[in-house]
Amino acid sequence: MAILTPAYTPGARNVRRRARGRFFGLRLSLAIVITLVMVFPLYWMIMTAVSPRADLYQSGLHLWPSHWTWDNFTLPIKQFPVWQWFRNSAVITIAVTVITVIANLLAGYAFAKLRFRGRNALFLLLLSTMMIPVQAIMVPQFRLSIDLGLFGNLWAVILPESATVFGIFLARQFFLAVPDELIEAARSDGAGQLRIFVSIVLPLCKPLIAVLTLLTMLSEWNSFAWPLVVLFGNDQLFTLPIGMVTDLQGQYTSNYGALMAMNLLMIAPMVILFVAFQRFFVQGLARSGLK
Amino acid sequence: MPRGTSYKPRRRGAYTHGQAAAASLFLLPNLALVGLFLLVPLVLAFVISTQKLGSLGSPQYIGIDNFITLFRDTIFWETVWNTAVFTIFTVPVGMVIGLGVALLLNSVLPGRTLYRSIIFLPLVISGVATGVLGSWMFDQYNGFFNKFLHAIGITGPAWQSDGKWAMISLILVTLWQRVGFDMLIYLAGLQGISPDLLEAAKIDGSSAWQRLRHVTVPLLGPSTFFLLIMNIIYSFQVFDTVWALTRGGPDFSTTTVVTYAYREAFDDHGPQQLGYGAAVGVFIYLITLAITVIQWRFSRTRDEAG
Repeated sequence: MAILTPAYTPGARNVRRRARGRFFGLRLSLAIVITLVMVFPLYWMIMTAVSPRADLYQSGLHLWPSHWTWDNFTLPIKQFPVWQWFRNSAVITIAVTVITVIANLLAGYAFAKLRFRGRNALFLLLLSTMMIPVQAIMVPQFRLSIDLGLFGNLWAVILPESATVFGIFLARQFFLAVPDELIEAARSDGAGQLRIFVSIVLPLCKPLIAVLTLLTMLSEWNSFAWPLVVLFGNDQLFTLPIGMVTDLQGQYTSNYGALMAMNLLMIAPMVILFVAFQRFFVQGLARSGLK
Repeated sequence: MPRGTSYKPRRRGAYTHGQAAAASLFLLPNLALVGLFLLVPLVLAFVISTQKLGSLGSPQYIGIDNFITLFRDTIFWETVWNTAVFTIFTVPVGMVIGLGVALLLNSVLPGRTLYRSIIFLPLVISGVATGVLGSWMFDQYNGFFNKFLHAIGITGPAWQSDGKWAMISLILVTLWQRVGFDMLIYLAGLQGISPDLLEAAKIDGSSAWQRLRHVTVPLLGPSTFFLLIMNIIYSFQVFDTVWALTRGGPDFSTTTVVTYAYREAFDDHGPQQLGYGAAVGVFIYLITLAITVIQWRFSRTRDEAG
């Protein structure tokens, strides 16, 4: 699905010339205006992050910093364990991604290629858990984390957040397209199911793995509700979003320069990933629910 | 099920048995995680919702008292109303804008790939970052919007202290964040529409508006339905943007139902009203379930019709 990269077919030239005629100038200006409106808040964030604090309280609208400064970055980093939060976010994101992707790939394969009793019922059961909101189960999850001894370390986030079925559906669809003959052939050579899966099927599914990995990383890096509940009270365990909301917003109530600087730090990894792997993000999000 | 069904009957016995054993191993990690961290808590949520429970002390069974309190709780109904307002203004408006932008950027324009990427970008930015950014843009003293309005001679509204305006700022921030998703799904849908069809309608003498109304929009039906469900669920479950932008305030004027569940169970009183919070959670689950069931029914009807 090439959504962001338009495909040109042989006839496209003519179509293009004809299409250009109608309201071309209007359409182009509209597209540019919409794009500018969308990008402006991001510009404002960057601008504020590098502006000296006095700039914020000036009267009148200033679209450019009076001079460039890094103070907004150094101040919160000095006052709060921001790098520790960054590290926690990274550790949690990587751990959840590894666990989720492996678990979802295995389950997706079972639903696509293995035959067993109750397959459809089980599939429906898992499907029904897809939309359970954190807030519906956060109280029992909170108690459970304490009972399981997870409370007070990062596993309290990692394990519950790895319990997701979203990737199973994407994986199942992808595996259904893998020819049965290939698997049959490997079977008659005496390969076991796991070996077939790892050495025959998975190498064919690199785009699937890329999409699952990126989408899981995205949702975990940005995850908020459950970490807020379970990491509460121990700022050495905070992730970036929790630190932002619990500590930084409390401390810098009107020092938006510091907040915008830390916001930039928080969004940078995902923006970089998006720019680098845009195609996979777009494919994944477009396909995530469409049949 | 297209391909998977063509297994060889002669091998049935041993083969299926071996596959079932393999399947249970393949499913084990996911089932263990989902069972322990989703299904068990879901059952427990119903149990705890019948209890008076704080973080200390033992639970006390109180039957449906939490739900009676809930239905008499005027703040709860205010949060239901807020959720409805938020959903009604974010979902259809976002979808209409998304469709418009998709139509615009599906037509041939120089640089359209770049425009699409930029409109899509807020989607990878977290709700927390979006909310924090929004709280600055909408700051009633020094924020961009009020400075801009001041520059053109208008006194800007009190985005923080006036509940109505706080809700409007939340809706605008959410639209900024979500419109890229609507655009993306509609773009994918538009690419599935054959240009010949539109060309034929054109030759038949239909206007651009008629083609949009009678050809394009009906053919985008599946995309619209998908977006409607996804967006309703998203709007219904919004939390991170709200928390970072307004904390649900002023008072409860931007507190949605899920935000209320968090405030009641963990925030406003410390982890004290766990039983009551669980009751709000059960309510949220039942609504989500209802939306999901509607989705299933409709997509089944659609599949059977098609």
